[in-house]
Amino acid sequence: MPNFDLARASLRELNATLHALASTTNETHWIVENPGGKHAIACGVDASVTIDIEGHVGYYCGGMNKQATIVVSGNAGVGVAENMMSGEVRVRGDASQAAGATGCGGLLVIDGNASARCGISMKGIDIVVKGSTGPMSAFMAQAGNLVVLGDAGDALGDSIYEARLFVRGQVASLGADCVEKPMSTEDKVILKTVLQRADIDQSVNADDFKMFGSARRLYHFHVDNVDAY
Amino acid sequence: MCGIVGLFLKQSKLEPELGALLSEMLGVMSDRGPDSAGFAIYGDGERGCVKLTVSGANEAALREAIAELGRAMGKEPASVLRATHAVISIPAPKEKQVRGWIAARRDISFVGAGTRMELYKEVGLPEHVARRFGLAQMTGSHGIGHTRMATESAVTTRGAHPFSTGLDQCLVHNGSLSNHNGMRRVLQREGFTFETENDTEVAAGYLSWQIREGASLKQALTHSLADLDGFYTFVVGTESGFAVLRDPISCKPAVMAETDDYVAFGSEYRALAALPGVDKAHIFEPKPATVYAWERG
Repeated sequence: MPNFDLARASLRELNATLHALASTTNETHWIVENPGGKHAIACGVDASVTIDIEGHVGYYCGGMNKQATIVVSGNAGVGVAENMMSGEVRVRGDASQAAGATGCGGLLVIDGNASARCGISMKGIDIVVKGSTGPMSAFMAQAGNLVVLGDAGDALGDSIYEARLFVRGQVASLGADCVEKPMSTEDKVILKTVLQRADIDQSVNADDFKMFGSARRLYHFHVDNVDAY
Repeated sequence: MCGIVGLFLKQSKLEPELGALLSEMLGVMSDRGPDSAGFAIYGDGERGCVKLTVSGANEAALREAIAELGRAMGKEPASVLRATHAVISIPAPKEKQVRGWIAARRDISFVGAGTRMELYKEVGLPEHVARRFGLAQMTGSHGIGHTRMATESAVTTRGAHPFSTGLDQCLVHNGSLSNHNGMRRVLQREGFTFETENDTEVAAGYLSWQIREGASLKQALTHSLADLDGFYTFVVGTESGFAVLRDPISCKPAVMAETDDYVAFGSEYRALAALPGVDKAHIFEPKPATVYAWERG
């Protein structure tokens, strides 16, 4: 099992090694020690490997991830798993702002709380936050699913295009053009699938959630708003 | 961008190490602000005395100025010289007179005043600035540091943070304020004078004004949410207090660590990573538009 100690080796060395992995590599389990809050750990990985990071990470950990499973045994800084394409990023602690920003695919699971703007401009990623999310989460979300087991902060889903936002707790307030929607059978199946992928379908009941999405009033220019320009 | 670090000790145990810990934290934040750096440190104070921190071109200029001050006062005041800064200890009743004397001189500038606070700032890489002033050897109960990437005013020593506009009060800021010119005029009418065109100095002046009018540090910061407009993460020090405030959309980063021994602030977790016991600390992000304040009893 390859072991990388960031107190001794450089971050650039770690990322270059991970980038060089062939998708058929036999070295499928990596351990990263002493991350020390460094930025861009395990960014741009494109191989079906598991990377265990033992400690807190800085900005953009697991950014642009394809295929890999990245587990952070600590907190994550700004933009964890930003622009993820596929694979999984799991954070055992809390995540800072803009977790999963612009993510196109894959699964981000945050065991603790996520700070402001979680899932900003998400484009297909699935995000599960076991705690609560900060203000302006799913701002301008375009596609994908945000599942919050706790509460959502102010202005949830502000200026949302499309995406499903499932919240089990309280929503402090909804952002512009974000509304509560009835959950169809199809929506519930999608929610259950996300819960299952996050390994919590046995302990969490899909019926306990409310669903929010776009009222689609901001899609087109409305002549009544002409004075605003 | 800018970087902020702060360390507030709840107990005296770590006081001998305050400077060393803060120095390391400041060095780590060099990436966020390589233009200039500064720090305020709350160390020893002498009863009935005020410490005035002044800056000058070099040690010789400072020595000459202090000698002249001694002749004017009839007795040369106790002073400690560190590179381009000197800390002059004077009897508290003489503060106004001595500050007037400093203001009239062209070869030295006033930096800050406190019963316990000393304030150092200079252009250059933060780790070099810390080394020049010997931060690692300093002791005290709390300290605040800043690494600057200039946006609103020039890269000069006077534009570096922290800014101090009241006795033992200092403020560092990551962000930029948009209504500082208007607020500066309000404060000037209230009798405040400003050394620079810098937006952060206005924020410091605003808090000093609020405190002068009877507000606690916490109340002053709460009022600033309504009166100061822009992006900001503020970290503030007073003689016995330490406070943090982020703007309502938390535009600028902040992370804190709290243990039984200390409260620490960093713009990024990296700055806190080497603190003793941080692996068991309560690590959290201060919420937007929420005042966090600690006071040492």
